[in-house]
Amino acid sequence: MRWILAVAAVILVASAHANDVGQIKTVKGAVHVERDGKRIEAAAGMGVRQSDVLTTGADGAVGVTFLDNSMLSLGPASTLAIDHYSFDSTTHEGRFDASLKKGTLAGVSGRMVKQSPESMRVRTPASVMAVRGTEFAVRVD
Amino acid sequence: MVVVLPAADGHTGAVVVERDGQRTVLDQTYAATRSGRKVPVNQAEVRRTFAPALGAIPSRPARFELYFETATDQLTEESKLELARMLVELKRRPTPDILVIGHTDTVGQGDENDVLSRMRAERVKADLVAIGIAEERIRASGRGEREPIIRTADGVDEPRNRRVEINVR
Repeated sequence: MRWILAVAAVILVASAHANDVGQIKTVKGAVHVERDGKRIEAAAGMGVRQSDVLTTGADGAVGVTFLDNSMLSLGPASTLAIDHYSFDSTTHEGRFDASLKKGTLAGVSGRMVKQSPESMRVRTPASVMAVRGTEFAVRVD
Repeated sequence: MVVVLPAADGHTGAVVVERDGQRTVLDQTYAATRSGRKVPVNQAEVRRTFAPALGAIPSRPARFELYFETATDQLTEESKLELARMLVELKRRPTPDILVIGHTDTVGQGDENDVLSRMRAERVKADLVAIGIAEERIRASGRGEREPIIRTADGVDEPRNRRVEINVR
């Protein structure tokens, strides 16, 4: 019986976060997550999912850590869409596509890029950048 | 504008910027493109432009290892100190995600080692809960003798394999 309960508890914890591909770790000022047509106020500890759009206000900043330990953060008046995120924690293979629509972004690549260089891509309205394992910053001009 | 920043681990990788079919490789610290073209940038300007974004980068994911006395869930003396250091580091993170994985050496039966590895992980989890980290932020599991750091024959007392690894995001 104890085992059944233990297994059930593990499944509950897992399913609560099954769609999360990352987690908001830092929030400053106004930060929102757009998900399924809703606009949710962001808080530290909140999960981030594929297709989420993160926005910061004029005084806002936000930092997210993803499943492969990559990190992205936004400065003020910025918009970032998480277009695609997949990561296999066993093989470390995956693909990360994000689009910076406006504002500033800083990033640190993670395990996925160590496994397959250029698997992390950040688009801006005019260009695409592929990350080969580094820390970087992008501003939409 | 795209800029390569100095990496915290000292290793500078590269970014490839593609614009209008043109690929530009940035593989040096503070290498940058503007409108797809390589341009010199000054460090102070980059710091200023990206200060709020850089300030919002989360604490870096960290990994710790704690070692145990043979056949017990008692930490070695050295690992008690490491545990104290780890707790200080964890306290700095308001919303940590913690994965605790227990391991054993190959002394004893495989199924006993499954239980022992779980006990070790649970013991560390209890220490984390005791300092005030929310239980739901910690996942603990045991891998028995399946993932040794040092490969050994069966029945070998190997201190480096009697461990718990803690991954913190």
